[in-house]
Amino acid sequence: MKRIFFLDGSGPPFGHMLLALGGYLGGFDGNFLWNRIGAEYSSNVPVWSLRLLPALAGALSVPMAYQILWELRFSHCAAMGAALLMLIENALITQSRLMLLESVLIFFNLLAVLSYLKFSNCQKHRPFSPSWWFWLVLTGVACSCAVGIKYMGVFTYLLVLGVAAVHAWHLIGDQTLSNVCVLCHLLARAVALLVIPVIMYLLFFYVHLVLLCRSGPHDQIMSSAFQASLEGGLARITQGQPLEVAYGSQVTLRNVFGKPVPCWLHSHQNTYPMIYENGRGSSHQQQVTCYPFKDVNNWWIVKDPGRHQLVVNDPPRPVRHGDVVQLVHGMTTRFLNTHDVAAPLSPHSQEVSCYVDYNISMPAQNLWRLEIVNRESSTDVWKTILSEVRFVHVNTSAILKLSGAHLPDWGFWQLEVVGEKLSPGYHESMVWNVEEHRYGKSQEQKEREVELHSPTQMDLSRNLSFMARFSELQWRMLTVRSDDSEHKYSSTPLDWVTLDTNIAYWLHPTTSAQIHLLGNIVIWASASLATVVYTLLLFWYLLRRRRNICDLPEDSWLRWVLAGALCAGGWAVNYLPFFMMEKTLFLYHYLPALTFQILLLPVVLQHVSDHLCRSQLQRSLFRALVVAWYSCAWHVSNTLCPLTYGDKSLSPSELRALRWKDSWDILIRKH
Amino acid sequence: MLCATSRLLAATALPAQPRGRGPAPRCRRRELHFPGHPELPLCDFLTGQLVRPSVPAGRRAILRRGRMPPAVGRGLAGSELRPRRGCCGPQAARALGPDVATEAAARSLKRPAPGSRRFEAAARWALLALVTLLSFATRFHRLDEPPHICWDETHFGKMGSYYINRTFFFDVHPPLGKMLIGLAGYLSGYDGTFLFQKPGDKYEHHNYMGMRGFCAFLGSLLVPFAYLTVLELSRSLPAALLSAALLTFDTGCLTLSQYILLDPILMFFIMAAMLSMVKYNSCADRPFSAPWWFWLSLTGVNLAGALGVKFVGLFVILQVGWNTVSDLWHLFGDLSLSLVTVGKHLTARILCLIVLPLALYTATYAVHFMVLNKSGPGDGFFSSAFQARLSGNNLHNASVPEHLAYGSVITVKNLRMAIGYLHSHRHLYPEGVGARQQQVTTYLHKDYNNLWIIKKHNTNSDPLDPSFPVEFVRHGDIIRLEHKETSRNLHSHYHEAPLTRKHYQVTGYGINGTGDSNDFWRIEVVNRKFGNRIKVLRSRIRFIHLVTGCVLGSSGKVLPKWGWEQLEVTCTPYLKETLNSIWNVEDHINPKLPNISLDVLQPSFPEILLESHMVMIRGNNGLKPKDNEFTSKPWHWPINYQGLRFSGINDTDFRVYLLGNPVVWWLNLLSIALYLLSGSIIAVAVQRGAHLPAEVEGLSQVLLRGGGQLLLGWTLHYFPFFLMGRILYFHHYFPAMLFSSMLTGVLWDTLLRLCAWSLSSSSLARGVHVVGILSLLLGTAYSFYLFHPLAYGMVGPLAQDPRSPMAGLRWLESWDF
Repeated sequence: MKRIFFLDGSGPPFGHMLLALGGYLGGFDGNFLWNRIGAEYSSNVPVWSLRLLPALAGALSVPMAYQILWELRFSHCAAMGAALLMLIENALITQSRLMLLESVLIFFNLLAVLSYLKFSNCQKHRPFSPSWWFWLVLTGVACSCAVGIKYMGVFTYLLVLGVAAVHAWHLIGDQTLSNVCVLCHLLARAVALLVIPVIMYLLFFYVHLVLLCRSGPHDQIMSSAFQASLEGGLARITQGQPLEVAYGSQVTLRNVFGKPVPCWLHSHQNTYPMIYENGRGSSHQQQVTCYPFKDVNNWWIVKDPGRHQLVVNDPPRPVRHGDVVQLVHGMTTRFLNTHDVAAPLSPHSQEVSCYVDYNISMPAQNLWRLEIVNRESSTDVWKTILSEVRFVHVNTSAILKLSGAHLPDWGFWQLEVVGEKLSPGYHESMVWNVEEHRYGKSQEQKEREVELHSPTQMDLSRNLSFMARFSELQWRMLTVRSDDSEHKYSSTPLDWVTLDTNIAYWLHPTTSAQIHLLGNIVIWASASLATVVYTLLLFWYLLRRRRNICDLPEDSWLRWVLAGALCAGGWAVNYLPFFMMEKTLFLYHYLPALTFQILLLPVVLQHVSDHLCRSQLQRSLFRALVVAWYSCAWHVSNTLCPLTYGDKSLSPSELRALRWKDSWDILIRKH
Repeated sequence: MLCATSRLLAATALPAQPRGRGPAPRCRRRELHFPGHPELPLCDFLTGQLVRPSVPAGRRAILRRGRMPPAVGRGLAGSELRPRRGCCGPQAARALGPDVATEAAARSLKRPAPGSRRFEAAARWALLALVTLLSFATRFHRLDEPPHICWDETHFGKMGSYYINRTFFFDVHPPLGKMLIGLAGYLSGYDGTFLFQKPGDKYEHHNYMGMRGFCAFLGSLLVPFAYLTVLELSRSLPAALLSAALLTFDTGCLTLSQYILLDPILMFFIMAAMLSMVKYNSCADRPFSAPWWFWLSLTGVNLAGALGVKFVGLFVILQVGWNTVSDLWHLFGDLSLSLVTVGKHLTARILCLIVLPLALYTATYAVHFMVLNKSGPGDGFFSSAFQARLSGNNLHNASVPEHLAYGSVITVKNLRMAIGYLHSHRHLYPEGVGARQQQVTTYLHKDYNNLWIIKKHNTNSDPLDPSFPVEFVRHGDIIRLEHKETSRNLHSHYHEAPLTRKHYQVTGYGINGTGDSNDFWRIEVVNRKFGNRIKVLRSRIRFIHLVTGCVLGSSGKVLPKWGWEQLEVTCTPYLKETLNSIWNVEDHINPKLPNISLDVLQPSFPEILLESHMVMIRGNNGLKPKDNEFTSKPWHWPINYQGLRFSGINDTDFRVYLLGNPVVWWLNLLSIALYLLSGSIIAVAVQRGAHLPAEVEGLSQVLLRGGGQLLLGWTLHYFPFFLMGRILYFHHYFPAMLFSSMLTGVLWDTLLRLCAWSLSSSSLARGVHVVGILSLLLGTAYSFYLFHPLAYGMVGPLAQDPRSPMAGLRWLESWDF
């Protein structure tokens, strides 16, 4: 919105962009801090337009449910039932009235399924007609939008792909078509369902990166090169600093791994304690740590071992891959050193220190060989920001590494830096890059400390291509791990089916009007029941068909299977993967699965009435039951209405009466 | 003639008459064209069925325009004859078509010549013997070196010793593998006295060869098993030979089978299960015959073995399960079988593949608990009742003061399995996690920090002072629990707990026992009346915090690094009856009270079994990799990215490095890609209804069926590792690697045959096949010669040095030898 770069672990940028678009059209200037639930929106926030899009999506889902069932070749009655059920589902209403992305995701999920159905119905009589093409491409576009809103959309995408693959396989087996024709069909599907979504997805990121060109709160997670490509923040500092690191350069070294926190190589006057808590001894030399904040003690000077100067020659002599260097700490002028002493917290590695000569037969071992890890992509010269380097100790071939452990109080809880000797394989925690850089000019210690010199050279921001930025951003998004702390309203997938949990979204500051994410329990229970019935019936029919007993005519069998594959399958792919996820889960994660389950409900009902009710009497009895059941669902929905809309203040006794399950957390004011 | 030989092959493979569900070998139709040709006994044993007699030109025209080497036909006729259960339903119906009559006629017309059959069998046995011999020779060569502990030998050797000493221990793997190691050691005269402390320790006079020899023996059997499996799947000697050679000459398999590890045992059971499953598949045309029962139950036995060694055995169970389900599905679809017969099939499988393995698996645990009856390092992981079984444990025939009194020093154990003792230590909760006070956790090991002193809430006097009378703690008393080592009180307050945010934090608070009113707890016995005394071990007690009214419990969640990965303790405001908040007193020291012998309730066997599984699962989940540590990633494995150092680092050490033979591994990788490509081409062609010549169809059946089985095995043993959160090692890939090597054998043999078939000249075709197979065999053998120092050990400079034995062979920078 304010064009500030941010990073969200839950999903790609498309959804947030849509919300922002709504706000932009409504004239929102982005000057509102979204930091507290329940805070009043100030007058400059166009709440209505921000919430318009999710509400619109939620509203459109209802007619789409009707369309889907109709395209599945079920009766108008069943289609109407599906739409009505969607209409009175309280959880869906709540979710689509607020500025949340689930309803948009559900909309695109349904759109993908619907357009695929339209497409496959076109397939039979009019392949390659304009409407055929339209629905095929729309399927791909809707899929990519769903994925672009939340990664959950991938599940529906895979489902549609799977159904399309099965249909394509039948197409291959269709020997009435010529080879060329089959090839055309396959190519068209591949383009629409694979190529278009990928392009769309890249496009979202392109727009995202173009829009968000200023640095923001999540900068630290990204690499220095990425940060340098954003306006402000690091770019302001690094702009115009010299590119090639030379002997005598003053640099700050950032660890590339960035876990547990991004930090810079650091040293300070304090020494390692003589004896650690567990009784091991140390060298008692100056501490070298990794410090997560910018500090004057993060500056190091690259020195040529053969010369005594700490300034840059004219012309500067660049440092190359394989050169042996010494690193001098800027403030204390001590040399970075490692030796065969166990590190404080990782006894298998070597201690790294800044050498203090106590004259106790412990010679200085301060030569490091520079290895540029990504030297294929950049040239042999050590470059600011771009080069990722390793420091290999010449005497012991240990590698400078961030161990990730926090030192105790004597090390000010900074991070431990060690010389890793055992496993010289590649790991990002061994790789460092230069972030800030300037050519040292002053030989005297005092002058150097106040030195601030920045010769102008090249602008780095253009060096990073879109693809490089995209892949880095994508990778960080997938690997960034939100803390798995438990939230008050978090729940487990098992709670969802039986609606054992709810989420309180809002409570009126003075009255007890409140909004809860709470489903219509009749619909949830019967939808789960329908899933079970469908599975059992399918299994039963399969077994019977295997013994050549066909209970259903062929076309209604195919319809039954397709409806099941899309609806029950849609429920399964949107629900079961959550059992394997380790992140914090909430009830709203279940809503996409629930939508598909609701679609399945009328399918099963119509099937029962068409095929299992044998006499007319049974059929009318069944219909009466369905009507009774539906009015029951409607009644429940009506009762829960105050919690859905939050428009009425209820008395504590009324609230208590609404608390049908002990596990529901309804807020009751104590007065 | 050709078809006669082909039927010969079939006859050796399928001694009995196939029943109705048998396939329709097209070759037999050809047979009718030229019956009665003389057999030519062939004696090229490498090329197996490839060798072909010269066929008159005219006849080649009949034989599908003379384009295929008839030998191929012979080779694949066998594969065609393989009962085609894979495609019952419509295909079976097709197979049952008009062919049946001709088939029967042909069968009755011809009798296989006994000489040729004998030759076939002889070649097969000779090759099997050769392969076995070679495998044993490579595995047992220099088995005694190095004479010190290598890598995980320190664990598994130690656990073997525990069995010999009958000391109870805890490990995350099921017991069978270690039991077998212990047994091998026992039989070979090892007395269990060696300590197995750390890698690099010299064995000296201890007899370790028995255990290593046992593992090497099982490891050597992998090669003949692979040979037989591939032979059964592809009916082709060259394919079987190639697979066996790949495994024999793989340095990784070799290294892994030479040491006291669980992996050779695990791989043995996996391969044995696979072999018996394949054998039983080929008996499917004679259900309920003796061999059928034999192979079926053997599969079950091996499944139990695989699962009993490591939980990785679950994957082979999945594979067999999948095979069985699809088998049953096809039987069910076969309308010629009555439902009763199908029911019999189902029962037989349930008996042999579910009941039998479960019984055996449980039996290994029974033996495990029977043998290990002495207290040892694994006690603390288990409940008090369990520990009372172990002689030497302080709870065995326990003699402790019976009733809890003020001043007693106690340990408090949570009643839920695998939670542990109430524990505290001198570390504080970190910034931002509730109040910065001393941590209180639960801990599974026995430790001095588990000791607490029961004190009265209002006085701080020492109740052990002899001038005071003994005062017992009673149900409903208000007490204070003081941590013995740090003298802090068990404390709770209205701060949220570190992980379970809805609960309150529990800390250690106060100095030398002086705290505040938040240190007071009411002690309650579950289901007892107020005023009763509290019994050690027997009483199930709860601690209720007086001020907030919450109950002390453990959530069972693992704290992050700052909490040393111990489990969280909370005070829960929800007063639900769960085992999490019920504790018992285990150790009890009070010098003023007489010790009374107590018999603790002995747990039943199912309880022990369940408990040990809970503990194992928790242990497995606990093996998490730490940040900033090198861990092997599953995608490293198939590309042989990085090995494992078994022994030695420096250039003067005797170094052994576990790394697959790169030639074999990269060939395997290539083969999987090629397989997917060729498999999908064939599948699409079949789906398009392309009319394939008989030979090609036979070969593609081998590729799709046999290869499919192997690919499934590889997939099942490889991809689940991507989902695992626990720490992974390179050697986890080896079961998958076995399958992938077998797939390579099948694939290359089939591809070469297809190549040969597409060539017009027969001698050229034969040459292509022979040369192809031979070059693959020799290539792997040569690469083994190059890389053998990795497995057999090397001394001397590291590989960067040109004088090293491995100079120039460090093809990837990530290999460190």
